[in-house]
Amino acid sequence: MKWARTLAIAFLVTVSATCLLANFIAPSSYAHQFRDVPDAAPSRQHPLGTDDLGRDRFSRVLYGTRVSLLLAPAAALLTSVLAAFVGGVAGFLGGWVERCVMAATDLFLSLPWLFLLITVRALLPLNVSPVTSVVITFALLGCLGWAGAARVVCADARALSQSDFVLLARASGSAAMRLLWHHLVPNLKPVLYAQFWISVPVFIIAEANLGILGLGVAEPLPSWGSLLRELESFSTISGQPWQFVPLILLVVVVSSFHLVLTHEELPV
Amino acid sequence: MLRGLAKLAAKVLIVVLLGGFLGATLVRLAPGYGVDEEELDPRLNQQSIAALRQAQAPEGNLIVSYFHYLDRLLHGDLGVSRTLQRPVVELVRERLPETMKSIGLGLALGWTLGLGLAIATVMSRAWYLDLFAGLLAGLLLCLPAAVLALLFVLAQAPARLVLGLIVFPKVFRYSRNLLARSSALPHVLMARAKGLGNLRVLLWHILPTATPQLLALAGVSVSVAFTAAIPVEALCDLPGIGQLAWKAALGRDVALLINLTMIVTLVTLLANSASDLMGSKLRRAEA
Repeated sequence: MKWARTLAIAFLVTVSATCLLANFIAPSSYAHQFRDVPDAAPSRQHPLGTDDLGRDRFSRVLYGTRVSLLLAPAAALLTSVLAAFVGGVAGFLGGWVERCVMAATDLFLSLPWLFLLITVRALLPLNVSPVTSVVITFALLGCLGWAGAARVVCADARALSQSDFVLLARASGSAAMRLLWHHLVPNLKPVLYAQFWISVPVFIIAEANLGILGLGVAEPLPSWGSLLRELESFSTISGQPWQFVPLILLVVVVSSFHLVLTHEELPV
Repeated sequence: MLRGLAKLAAKVLIVVLLGGFLGATLVRLAPGYGVDEEELDPRLNQQSIAALRQAQAPEGNLIVSYFHYLDRLLHGDLGVSRTLQRPVVELVRERLPETMKSIGLGLALGWTLGLGLAIATVMSRAWYLDLFAGLLAGLLLCLPAAVLALLFVLAQAPARLVLGLIVFPKVFRYSRNLLARSSALPHVLMARAKGLGNLRVLLWHILPTATPQLLALAGVSVSVAFTAAIPVEALCDLPGIGQLAWKAALGRDVALLINLTMIVTLVTLLANSASDLMGSKLRRAEA
């Protein structure tokens, strides 16, 4: 499956590069309305047609993909950092610290995250700007996703802190901070790397769910969630199959993220 | 067993207390707490507005209001929904059976499909079946629950099945790996070498090894199903807890949302703890 992994990485790099260059590639701004051509079919001017407000769909797909592809990894990074800190310290210190942290992660894992997410989202002021809303949405995802990863990191950190080389370093008089920074963290990198790549598609899908429910990124800023919301108005009679392009792109991108990790790197 | 039950009860109690405190804190910090929309009425004079504010004034500090909240909770009073103007208990009583029905059906479908395909894949060792099931699970794993719900609405298919399709890939992937690992154990290989039939190998040698972990997965799948219930019920117009939570979120009815989150947390915690208890009992019996 090495070829599939290479293909997935190449696809992700291409899509990311295209989205980063959205300012140069997109025919118009994501918010610009062509009021004389709402719901238009694909044409040379609008490769994927326009939405019901006359906005160029291709431009919105490009900018929306950029939002999701930049911020989901950022949220995953936040999750990984939180998990590394909480799980690493708990596993390294052990004893009551570990027990307390594990109890907290148990409680956190019992909370249905989408319920918690929409509760916290509902607490936010109504007048937040679209950019703030997108940052808050992904920051919330990042802050709520640490518990599962922290458990894995804690188990690994505990095993490492009892390993021979750490015992040897301890016996040689290494300080706790040095042990943590020079011996534990470098060895925790593979598990953190796996957790990071697992979290990215999870956050992309979570944002899409929130967006479709109208609780994600505020208009007019596009994201995959808000783009998929268009499917609500899809009618099989006056079908516009190009409305499915964001969905197809989402499926292919998420699949590519799943393929990035090799079978050995994945937890059970 | 008794010790396990006591631990479970303590865990549930701690979650309720902590959840209650978190809930009360969020309600207190929510924008608009202690403010009534009637204050915007231009016909009201300063005294009337002051009287309204007095009526809506917080019950002392956060700790005091938490104990008031807890007291009401113990008496079965979860407050009144601000947007729907009805007692939360009444709303939950009306909608919980609908959600439980959807989740029950979804779990049954997801587990039947997931475990069935996992067993078929591992026992037959047919690459095409493994490929087909893997691709199907991979595709479903890439689709947000809300998109699946929308596709079901478009196809006019029974919406309750969506939950099953969301649970299926998680059950399939995990149980397939688990069963594959169990089937490669030396005692299973020996049983096969001695000519035992597939069914006997599965029932006597593979499943018993994997059951504790499958039970843990069962607990997790309840949480997965509850989470997916929000978009599915909201988009497919199923009058359950998920739809109620969505409406509460759109209407910024924080008190209702927090109560719903606590109820769902309690249900998932009970499911997880029950599966943990059964799993540990099985492990002890095996030992």
